[in-house]
Amino acid sequence: MSHWMTLPVVLPAMLAAIIVLSARFHMNLARTFSVAGTVALTLVAAGLFWRASDGTIDVYALGNWTAPFGIVLVTDRLSTLMLLLTSLLALPVLLYAIGSGWDKRGWHFHALFQFQLMGINGAFLTGDAFNLFVFFEVLLIASYGLMIHAGGAERLRAGVQYVLYNLLGSTLFLFALGTLYAETGTLNMADLAERVSMMGPDATAGIRVASVLLILVFAVKAAVLPLHFWLPASYSEAPGPVAALFAIMTKVGAYSIIRFYTLVFPPDLEITQGLFGTWLLPAALLTLTVGMVGVLGARRLDRLVAFSVIGSMGMLLIAVSVFTETGISAALYYALHSTLATAALFLLVDTVRERRGGIGARLQDATPIMGGPLVAGLFFAAAIAMCGLPPLSGFVGKLLVLDAARDNALAVWVWAVVLSTSLVAIVGFGRAGSQVFWKAHQVAATRADGTERDAEADLDNAPDPEPSPAALPMVAIGALIAGLVALTVAAGPVKRTLDATAAQLFAPEPYITTVMSTEGKDLSGYGHGDEGYGDGESKGDDGAHGGSADDTSDPEGH
Amino acid sequence: MELLVASAVGVMTAAGIYLVLRLRTFPVIIGVSLLTYAVNVFLFASGRLAMDMPPILRDGVENYTDPLPQALVLTAIVISFGMTAVVVIIALGSWLACDDDFVEAVEQHDPRTKSADRAPRGQDAA
Repeated sequence: MSHWMTLPVVLPAMLAAIIVLSARFHMNLARTFSVAGTVALTLVAAGLFWRASDGTIDVYALGNWTAPFGIVLVTDRLSTLMLLLTSLLALPVLLYAIGSGWDKRGWHFHALFQFQLMGINGAFLTGDAFNLFVFFEVLLIASYGLMIHAGGAERLRAGVQYVLYNLLGSTLFLFALGTLYAETGTLNMADLAERVSMMGPDATAGIRVASVLLILVFAVKAAVLPLHFWLPASYSEAPGPVAALFAIMTKVGAYSIIRFYTLVFPPDLEITQGLFGTWLLPAALLTLTVGMVGVLGARRLDRLVAFSVIGSMGMLLIAVSVFTETGISAALYYALHSTLATAALFLLVDTVRERRGGIGARLQDATPIMGGPLVAGLFFAAAIAMCGLPPLSGFVGKLLVLDAARDNALAVWVWAVVLSTSLVAIVGFGRAGSQVFWKAHQVAATRADGTERDAEADLDNAPDPEPSPAALPMVAIGALIAGLVALTVAAGPVKRTLDATAAQLFAPEPYITTVMSTEGKDLSGYGHGDEGYGDGESKGDDGAHGGSADDTSDPEGH
Repeated sequence: MELLVASAVGVMTAAGIYLVLRLRTFPVIIGVSLLTYAVNVFLFASGRLAMDMPPILRDGVENYTDPLPQALVLTAIVISFGMTAVVVIIALGSWLACDDDFVEAVEQHDPRTKSADRAPRGQDAA
């Protein structure tokens, strides 16, 4: 047990406190702390990823309390992969926020950013269901602050909707956890897995309710169709870099689905049969359809990208809900790809929105923007990736999803929907891109003819006060696109790693054993002192207690 | 006791959901608060209802009430309290900035045209 694995949570938390307390009036100091912290976080995440890459599962018992009683942090292949993805996303986004000056437009951007990272990392690391709820709240409360960063009427209204929707989601999460605890008597995920697998086929109503409530909660986070309403307004109204960081937040929902439904409710468990095939897969297909139709119908560039997030979550969850090893592996590849692609698109949209002046992100005629060719080229690359056209990673991801769905009962539907929505997305992105980048030249030419319109055009499209566009934002976007290219070039090794990750997820016994057998504080001095609290035998008893679940005594082992 | 707790959870949830479906921020926030009260009571009940029993280990006591839900409820209360404060402040900001307290922009202020997915101000709907 090494203390390193607490760093992804502790480091941003300490940094955020330092930034709030001592660097709040010193923007450069706050920026330095924030960037240095994120770089350090990337290194730590890479280290943890490397350590877990041979299949090692590490458990950190917080306060040295053993697993079913205390909270544990667990690193395995999946959680370290997500940590690495988070930090690799956070660094370019942070550089963009600094380069574009977004962090100066309101208070406490860097502190909130670090708190957000703390919540996301914690959600990936924790091995305890209630702790997952707490980290969800940490990341949400930071995201509320980031969402309304720099203010504005539209943003505040979208912020109210976003906060209210997520408050309802949190309430639902608590109901799910309460049901889960009432049925099993534990909230430790490994312990839950043991106890749920021991449940008999009768009297499973409660645990079924809990499993459905949980998937609803994660579906809210992942913006699955009937629960996606919060996403378009909040993502399109949020500041560009914040929306880009939010690209990982929908993946937190997908991660939780994968984690819970491979570990606690594994696919061969009788009581949750049909949850994925009957419910989640059609919902994911509808999500993909609605997302891509939204891309086609959007009248603003930022909403177009927000809908493409919904579409990509649909695609991801199609792969998840196939629920085979190949499916999860494809889903993880698509998660890596779509996180980077949506982040790049949101940053590009923000660049376009800033440089177009008053017309903003609306898909209307306007004169060309500053640095148009470069921005257009990057947008082209990111859009290709998002639509899933060759040669970028979206194509590989889509191919993997299609391949994984081949043996599914709904394979025809999956193929039909995925392929037709790809076409819809291409048309949508093509229309938007040509409107913003190509038609601009035509508009400029027409406006140059009518001299009286020149003044208006200048007003409409007043260039930024800075003489030349800053380089740092373009570097940040370029880094994200480079990530996509790397993901494509290294698709083979990445896929092998993800296959191993999926294999580890589908064989949860080592995870459970490692968590449950980690030594901790000697508990024999507590209470009556006549029971070995930490050893394997009392755990078995606990399982039996939780299974019957009608005792008034504390099922946590007293 | 069971009936009292169950009906309290049920009534508070029903009232909360009804209020959340209103259009103005004030009833919606009250509704969310009611829902969090409901979930707190629900969490309490998830450790079984045990009357007049100690939640900590003592010599010579056979039956206990489950202490863990009490810790969970405490966390949930703190979090929901904080979140409610945040949503009140953001709603206040939105009210000051938009000059109305509608949860989403409604052009004619007609509840029937409510659609959860419309862009603020209506003019730039996707």
